[in-house]
Amino acid sequence: MKAKHGMAILLIFLGLLHLAVFAAGFLAPYDVAEQDRELPFAPPTRIHFADAQGTIHLLRPLVCLMAENSAQFGSYYEDTRKCFPIHFLVHGPQYKLVGVFATNLHLFGVDPPARLFLMGTDAYGRDLFSRFLHGGQISLAAGLLATLLSLGIGILLGTASGFHGGWLDAVIMRFGEIFIALPWLYLLFALRAFLPLNINPSQAFLLLIAVIGSVGWARPARLIRGVVLSGKERHYVLAARMFGGSGLYLMRRHILPQTYSIILTQAVLLIPQYVLAEVTLSFLGLGVGEPEPSWGNMLASVQQYHVLVSYWWMLLPGIALIPVFLSFVLLANALQARAT
Amino acid sequence: MRYLGLRLLQSMFVLLGVSLLSFVFVELAPGNFFDEMRLNPRISSSTVTNLRKQYGMDRPLPVRYFRWVESAANGELGFSFAYNAPVAPLLWARARNTLLLTGSATVLAWLIALPLGILSAARQRGWIAQACELFTTALLATPDLLLALGLLFMAVHFHWLHTGGMFSRESAGQSLWGLSKDLAAHMILPVTVLVLGSLPLLLKHTRAAMLEVLDSPYVRASRALGISRGRILFRHALPAAINPLVSLFGFSLGSLLSASLLTEVVMSWPGLGPLLLEAVLDRDIYVVIGAVLFSTLLLVFGTLLADVLLFAADPRIRTEDLA
Repeated sequence: MKAKHGMAILLIFLGLLHLAVFAAGFLAPYDVAEQDRELPFAPPTRIHFADAQGTIHLLRPLVCLMAENSAQFGSYYEDTRKCFPIHFLVHGPQYKLVGVFATNLHLFGVDPPARLFLMGTDAYGRDLFSRFLHGGQISLAAGLLATLLSLGIGILLGTASGFHGGWLDAVIMRFGEIFIALPWLYLLFALRAFLPLNINPSQAFLLLIAVIGSVGWARPARLIRGVVLSGKERHYVLAARMFGGSGLYLMRRHILPQTYSIILTQAVLLIPQYVLAEVTLSFLGLGVGEPEPSWGNMLASVQQYHVLVSYWWMLLPGIALIPVFLSFVLLANALQARAT
Repeated sequence: MRYLGLRLLQSMFVLLGVSLLSFVFVELAPGNFFDEMRLNPRISSSTVTNLRKQYGMDRPLPVRYFRWVESAANGELGFSFAYNAPVAPLLWARARNTLLLTGSATVLAWLIALPLGILSAARQRGWIAQACELFTTALLATPDLLLALGLLFMAVHFHWLHTGGMFSRESAGQSLWGLSKDLAAHMILPVTVLVLGSLPLLLKHTRAAMLEVLDSPYVRASRALGISRGRILFRHALPAAINPLVSLFGFSLGSLLSASLLTEVVMSWPGLGPLLLEAVLDRDIYVVIGAVLFSTLLLVFGTLLADVLLFAADPRIRTEDLA
């Protein structure tokens, strides 16, 4: 009973996360490319529940104006005399919700000249929170699509291998061993090395999915082959064959349904791995590039020593990934526990 | 022995397959090192053509492949365009540093994982088991990249340790003892990342393997005979549980190498990682192919080693081989 509740909570959390990323334009107060040249590397904005006079504002918290210290570049102080309330459902920059409906409605925002940066800003004064939400669209979509691709290849080759057997089985499995024999990051690097480097973000996105997806097919293919191999000898499958069921019919109606639980578990295991693969490649500058945000390239600036030392909030997009990965890991655990 | 011979043959096949596949991919891929060179207005197109000829890149694919195999047999592994030198010495200089990291990380990780895994299997509801469970779940959810960045941030922020590179600038010309002390100080961070990154899997499998054995009838029988708990654990159960762990040792090398690649780049450790990344960015394909082959070789060697160890550790396999 308890495990069931846990799984439900995980699914709800993951669902909300995907929804938030899907509707990034609504939740994000600013546009991803909007730069505030006055406020580069601004720390996360403090939200006040009491103003300078000590009046409590529980329902309408305040944000104070940020200004640069004239003495030191890149350090800011709050002007607590000039505070502005946070408004909900405000009109802000134009965006297209779900890529279709043009609107300018945002969940929250403050009146200019005050600015609300929940996770701080980067070197160009861009809002990290807005970029994180939008970046999730690329990273999560890359993970999901790459998983679909590699599971698709895995199912196709795995069932062909297990059902046909003989030389086809031998060829596919030996071919798969080559992929399993390589450390995955080396394999990703190699595939990436053979493909063009200077391409625009949308091409890079498709390329990444192709590269990541075509690397990981071997393991699911092997697992599915195993299930198909034992599944095709089951008595009810043999009976269906005796009744004259064709190969394709047997496959679709009787054998593939046996692999569903393995495919589901594999998907939950693969999605975070592939999201991470995108993050890693973009972090190293081999994936989706600026100005388009992705979870990986947002972390790339931390490779510069002074950014890592001086601006801790640049690590926030990375830290925010931990609950995402944690829920995938727990979900995979729960699925595996249910299977055994 | 026949079994080992078969495995050796299989590994050769994998290596050949990897090299052949890489060449085919290079052939299919648009653009190469010389195309990037052509974009440079300061290099004339006849120079590029001559260079292409000089490196033999104008020849057809099979010719290039056989020439490469020949140079691999000579211990050169092809020629780097960017460094203008044979690949193998380049790789070897960096691979030593990578091996230093991964080797120490492997030893340390197993030294930590074995006792913890055994203990958490022995007392399933004990606090050690619970703590391990929590710890592994948290680590599983934290990618190596974040571990590396987080540790680096803390080390820099609190002035804990030396960061970046293998040696400090001041250490030049010191005695061997001073140098090794400096090296050890620089190794702490990357090795910690690698150990933390590989621990969850090792712990999980050690615990699972021990649990399976502890559940078997002969352990119950020995307990009924009054054999002490410690003796059952280490003398009776552990040798039986070691089998899947030895295979895991071979497999875990692969993920360790990947993690090391990333950690080296983040911590600017002069290993294969930065070299490979540069080669990818420069499209220096022979270096890329060489590095990939080297990693495959290591992994194949790891699984072979695991096979030999299994052969030595498990009498069941030995008798199977004799029959």
